Amino acid sequence: MTQKIAAVRLYCRYVSINIRCKMQYKTSFFLTAFGQFLVSFTAFLGIFFMFQRFSRVEGFTYSEVLLCFAVMLMEFSLAEMFARGFDRFSKIVKSGEFDRILVRPQNEIIQVLGSEFELTRFGRILQAVMMFIYGIAKSGVAWNFSKVLTVIFMLIGGTAVFTGLFLIYAALCFFTLESLEIMNIFTDGAREFGKYPMGVYGEKMLLFTTFFIPYALIQYYPLLYILGRSTNRLLMFLPLLACWFLIPALLFWKFGVRHYKSSGS
Amino acid sequence: MKKYLSFFRLRFTMNLQYRAAAFGGVATQFAWGFMEIMIFAAFYRADENAFPMSLASTASYLWLQQAFLALFATWMTEQEIFDTIVNGNIAYELCRPVDIYGMWFSRSIATRLSRAVLRCFPILIVAAFLPYPYGICAPAGPKHFILFLITLLLGLAMTVSFCVLIYILAFFTISPVGLQMIFTSMTDFFAGALIPLPFFPAKLQTVMELLPFAAMQNVPLRIYSGSMSGHEMQKAVFLQIFWLIVVTAAGKMLCRAAQKRVTVQGG
Repeated sequence: MTQKIAAVRLYCRYVSINIRCKMQYKTSFFLTAFGQFLVSFTAFLGIFFMFQRFSRVEGFTYSEVLLCFAVMLMEFSLAEMFARGFDRFSKIVKSGEFDRILVRPQNEIIQVLGSEFELTRFGRILQAVMMFIYGIAKSGVAWNFSKVLTVIFMLIGGTAVFTGLFLIYAALCFFTLESLEIMNIFTDGAREFGKYPMGVYGEKMLLFTTFFIPYALIQYYPLLYILGRSTNRLLMFLPLLACWFLIPALLFWKFGVRHYKSSGS
Repeated sequence: MKKYLSFFRLRFTMNLQYRAAAFGGVATQFAWGFMEIMIFAAFYRADENAFPMSLASTASYLWLQQAFLALFATWMTEQEIFDTIVNGNIAYELCRPVDIYGMWFSRSIATRLSRAVLRCFPILIVAAFLPYPYGICAPAGPKHFILFLITLLLGLAMTVSFCVLIYILAFFTISPVGLQMIFTSMTDFFAGALIPLPFFPAKLQTVMELLPFAAMQNVPLRIYSGSMSGHEMQKAVFLQIFWLIVVTAAGKMLCRAAQKRVTVQGG
């Protein structure tokens, strides 16, 4: 237990160092935060203008899609804020910096996580929060305790799934040294295409995102419950089930670490 | 001119070596294009008559966009150039008897062209064999095809001159990440990378088409599928040339201003 507390304290220390470091470049910090904001804001405008032309897609109205987009964006931003260190992991492996990480008497995941804490993601989080409030206000959902709980479960599950994906993304670098472009489909792509409920993409896509990479568990099924399409209470807990995704991701990472061959100079 | 041509040749042949990366890129772009088309297909199922372009020509637009991504994607900037500014190696470049603007311009064109050459054919070939309306259609006519090729190159030049402008701005802000991000999201939106411009409301579209961003991928991709009238095409090509001159001139001026007060970073 004391070890865990020490790990958390270490992580917080990394975060504070990172923030102070970034604050040395103030203009750039604000520009980046603003840029982050714009990126997801244009995604919202995309949905907005498309829905000027029709009222519903596969039975989902504008405000329902908006809620889906907001939750997905929030899940992604949270995961990204904490697990961004994995994103530039290919650099750490390539330069041989990972050797230094391994010889330190601390958990390597904490160290990689702490290597980069993107406070600028604040811009995206801010956008996500705004979208979230707007989406909830516009959704016309009759909120009750279990529905609020479902949203919280979605945020937890979603953050876990995206963190798992970032972890896999990084662990692949042990084998390839370069980060694989194709993996972007599962992270950035999921954010981009997850703004519409997975059911929109048809049956096969829904199956894939239920059993293989559980996007549908953090987005489509609980949404059905929140929107009152289904009264099955089981759907509420599906996002928590998605947290299982972290386990194969962690195992893969461990496997990668064991196979790590030092590189760099 | 010879100097810049050899910069171009060096970069071009160097980048042709990265075939494994190109293969990964093709797979990614293919998956991306596939998802885009699935979304649009769902929209068209919702209400087919609500859209200014048919699903088939939207699909052509999307596949061309993926095939020529490397020509127009503004997020594909050259990290190396930013790095030289941030870590001070720019000092060496400044010592050379070449114009920085010309060097970066020819280099970026070469990188983008070589990437596109490696990636476009597999995507175009597979997309051509996809069932109607999900695949890529033949161009609207021979005249359209020739004009497509011309505007494709103009659009490439336009994208590059914009990117070089961003490189130069990095002289002033030092850390280029934020600038790059704002620029990328603006261009994605206004150039029709996110959604083709005809899908925007009519008034907004008229304004957007006048902006320099529309002179990039918007023109060639729409000419190919025949979604512009003869008059519109003329205007679009004229605007492309106009903006290319303006942005290049602005970039060159800014470059001169930046060079007067360069602070070399690093040590």
